[in-house]
Amino acid sequence: MQPADALTPSKATPVTVTTHPATPATKTPAPATLADLAAAHGLTVSGARPSLPSYVRQLWGRRHFVTAYATARMHAAYSTARLGQVWHLVTPLLNAAVYYFIFGMIMNASHGVADYVPFLITGVFVWDFIGSSINASTRSIHGNLGLVRALHFPRASLPLSTVVQLFQQLLVTMGALVLLLLACGQTPTLKWLLAAPALALMAVFCAGVAMVMARIGSKSPDISQLMPFILRTWMYSSGVMWSIDSMLKKDHLAYWVTVVLKTNPAAVYIDLMRYALIDSFNAHALPHHVWAIAVGWALLAGVGGFIYFWKAEEEYGRG
Amino acid sequence: MADTKTASAGTPASATAPAAPATAVYDPRDTRVPTVIADEVHVVYKVNGAGGRKGGATAALSRIFSRKPAPGMREVHAVKGVTFVAYKGEAIGLIGSNGSGKSTLLAAIAGLQPVARGRIYSHGQPSLLGVNAALMNDLTGERNVVLGGLAMGMSKEQIRERYQDIVDFSGINQKGDFISLPMRTYSSGMGARLRFSIAAAKDHDVLMIDEALATGDADFQRRSQARIEELREQAGTVFLVSHSIGTVRETCDRAIWLESGVLRMDGPSAEVCDAYERFTSGR
Ligand SMILES: Nc1ncnc2c1ncn2[C@@H]1O[C@H](COP(=O)(O)OP(=O)(O)O)[C@@H](O)[C@H]1O
Ligand SMILES: [Mg+2]
Repeated sequence: MQPADALTPSKATPVTVTTHPATPATKTPAPATLADLAAAHGLTVSGARPSLPSYVRQLWGRRHFVTAYATARMHAAYSTARLGQVWHLVTPLLNAAVYYFIFGMIMNASHGVADYVPFLITGVFVWDFIGSSINASTRSIHGNLGLVRALHFPRASLPLSTVVQLFQQLLVTMGALVLLLLACGQTPTLKWLLAAPALALMAVFCAGVAMVMARIGSKSPDISQLMPFILRTWMYSSGVMWSIDSMLKKDHLAYWVTVVLKTNPAAVYIDLMRYALIDSFNAHALPHHVWAIAVGWALLAGVGGFIYFWKAEEEYGRG
Repeated sequence: MADTKTASAGTPASATAPAAPATAVYDPRDTRVPTVIADEVHVVYKVNGAGGRKGGATAALSRIFSRKPAPGMREVHAVKGVTFVAYKGEAIGLIGSNGSGKSTLLAAIAGLQPVARGRIYSHGQPSLLGVNAALMNDLTGERNVVLGGLAMGMSKEQIRERYQDIVDFSGINQKGDFISLPMRTYSSGMGARLRFSIAAAKDHDVLMIDEALATGDADFQRRSQARIEELREQAGTVFLVSHSIGTVRETCDRAIWLESGVLRMDGPSAEVCDAYERFTSGR
């Protein structure tokens, strides 16, 4: 768009768009370009993607924002409801009750599952975390464009704070679950401590997937319309309301189908939680090398998702 | 300095530009310290969903999986080749009619809006005086002060130190204990005051203010003017977008005039404002 090049044909420096015609050609030879000026004063390119280590540092610097934003949203969620924060507990319990009615009583999925109520509730609560964090993170960038366009912060804060928010919620429901288990006559054992590493691995896994979905959702917002269908398929194939073993035993499905279903991350984390908390759920029901698989999924999703998200860091908010 | 460059767009610049080297974008003998350098910056918005797009699941699916832009995709070329150098200690007013690209240029300087072509170099992290987006109406003013501070990158200690100043400056508590009520119960003026107070609580290298002054009553406006002056002394450089030409004349020593995304004039604020006023009254 510039007539500039035509005006300064005698310039010795390569003619770039930065050469300004208003600089008289008679001045000090070859005045530096604006890029050189920037370099001379140590200015950095605005909006450039930081290196991976410095991105991690920035994110760590914003950790209080991540948690504060998560907590704030959790508080804001039911702030206009009369019962307020009680809904954080009541909603998943109602969910579990519906599933108990449909699957436990009508479809008889409880058949052959000892302690079906704890089995079901653990599955529903844990899946609630996995499913909602993936679903909500799809909109964590796209739904916060105002924030992305107004303030500068590592964008990974947004999907991460979504996951932190849901994790806080999960801890509340897990507290309720423990009370329920005690009421059902389970006795606390040392095995309950295994819930901690299982929850931690699951959180890392979900954070990783959340970052992947946040990037995809920021480019193709339409994906959030498809997520409910994808997630429902995933939920039904992960043994949330029934035992994969006892359901597939009757069918003539190949052995590998069972293996695939049982090593899918949702099933792995749900079953680990059941194994940790429910006495009658014993190690036979777990796939081989279950902890290795759990760690593997967490690392794959966590590291891969973080790098994948970071790769587009400078592009969030475009458009 | 925009004179030759935008010769086709109009002539006011060459009429007012002094013969001094101030007309050059950059003089190598200049000893001032640059804080922001915009080098032939273009910003293009890609707008989704402009015009008739077909609904339906298959159309949505094919949009997701094809890498091509959606049929309804339109481009808005909001900033067209803007070049300038801002120096430490300057207060620069950005003027121009609605939609001329002022907010877009600020967002690009802040690194929030990617540039399509060209480069922006900056000293430190330029920040927009815009914390509104991080605040939540359902939360109390108290919690919003903390949340807003964290969102701007302040540490917990800094927020604790300045909390009282923020509340006092906003004047929210003058008529009772409002700071512990949800922000949705505030009048729009009260909300705006609290937002400005939070946003202005941080010190910045390069600060950009986009039409934030037009809020609140006269008393609050006077106080915010003073606060801006303070921020400018602390900050290296202040950019100010204002619809009030009077404010630009008072607060800024330099002004940049954008029109339809093109830098039309750049120079001492009095001259640029005069030219701009002649332009607007002549239409
Ligand atoms: N988010 C956006 N998406 C698409 N176009 C936009 C967006 N924001 C602004 N624009 C367009 O960019 C141009 C410049 O807008 P803006 O920078 O807001 O102008 P100003 O702040 O000077 O009033 C306008 O034509 C406007 O329609
Ligand atoms: Mg604007």
